[in-house]
Amino acid sequence: MTWQPCCPIESTMSEKIDFNDTGAEFRRGMRRSIPVVIAAAPFGLLYGTLAVGNGLTVGETVLMSATIYAGASQMVGIELFGQNIAPWMLVMSIFAVNFRHVLYSAVSGRATRHWSRLKRYLAFFFLVDPQFAEAERRVAEGRPVTLAWYMGLALPIYLFWVAEALVGALFGQLIPNPEALGFDFLLPIYFLGLVMEFRDRPLWLPVVAVSATVSIAAYYTVGSPWHVSIGAVAGIALAAFWPSQGAARELEERQA
Amino acid sequence: MSTTVWIILAGALVTYLTRIGGDLVLSRFERIHPRVEAALNAVPAAVLTTLVAPVATTGGVAEAASLVVAGVMYLRGGGLMTGFVAGAVVLVALRNLVG
Repeated sequence: MTWQPCCPIESTMSEKIDFNDTGAEFRRGMRRSIPVVIAAAPFGLLYGTLAVGNGLTVGETVLMSATIYAGASQMVGIELFGQNIAPWMLVMSIFAVNFRHVLYSAVSGRATRHWSRLKRYLAFFFLVDPQFAEAERRVAEGRPVTLAWYMGLALPIYLFWVAEALVGALFGQLIPNPEALGFDFLLPIYFLGLVMEFRDRPLWLPVVAVSATVSIAAYYTVGSPWHVSIGAVAGIALAAFWPSQGAARELEERQA
Repeated sequence: MSTTVWIILAGALVTYLTRIGGDLVLSRFERIHPRVEAALNAVPAAVLTTLVAPVATTGGVAEAASLVVAGVMYLRGGGLMTGFVAGAVVLVALRNLVG
C-alpha cells in the first residue's frame, strides 16, 4: 500500500530526500529527538528522585521507567505506592492516565499502514506523547513516517528516560530544591509548543478552546487524571460533529 | 517478586495495550468515515491541550508568565526550541526572583 499524507500541506524538499536510506532516516529521527530529550530530562530525573523518596527500590524505579515508559502515569503510580491502595486500583489509575494513547495509536496506525503489523506493534511500545506528536508533525510535512526515522527518534528518548530514572534514584537526593530549577514545569511548556505546531489543522482553535475549557472544568470537578480523557474527548467530539462547512465536509468531498 | 514489581508489570501491560489498542480497532476498517477522520485529525491538539491547560491554572505568576512568553515565541515562528528555551528561562528567573 502506498503512503498517503493525512493533511497535504506543501511537501517541501521531499523530492530530494531518499527515504529508503535507512541510516540517514535514523539520523534525521535522532535530530528530532534532541529537544524532546532535553525537555523530558528534568522530569525523568525528578521521577527517579521522587520514586526512591516514596519507598521504591532503585531497581523498581528503573523497571517502571523501562516497562511502563509514560511519565505522568509513573508519577501517579509512585504517588499511590506511598498510600495504602489496593493493587488493582493502582493499575487502573495507570490505565486511566495512559488511556489517551489509544487515540495516538489509532492516528499513528494510519500513518504507518505501510509497516508490517509486527513492526508496528513493536514500535508502538515507544508511542509516548512527544513521539506521537513528532510523528504527526512529519506527516504534516508531507513526509513518510519510516521505521528508521521513527526508531531514530524513539531510542534516544527511551534510553535517556531509563538512564535518568537511575541517575535520579541514585543521586536525586543531592539536589536541594528541584522546583527552583523549574524541573516540574518544563514539560507543560514543551507541550504548549507541540499544541502550537498543529495550528494549521482544520478546526484547531475551536478544538483547543474546548479541550482547554473542559479539561480545566474536569480537573476541578472530577479530578485528575480523568481531566485528560474528558477534555480530549470533548475537543475530538467537536471536530467529529462540526457542521457541514467544517473539516468533515471537506474530507467527504475529497473522498467522493 | 514483590507486589510492587507485579503492579509495575501489570501497569506496563495495560499501558502497552493502550498503545496498540487504537490501531487494533481502527485497522479492522477498510474505509474510515470522514467524521472519524476529522476526529483523528483533532487528536494531537485536543490531547496535548489537556496536558497544559489545567496545570496552567494551578501555577503562580512564574508559571503563567513562562507559558505566555513561550506561547508568543512559538506563534512568532521561532520554532519549538526557541519557544521552549524562552519559556524555561522566564520560569526559572521568576521562580528565583519572585519566589
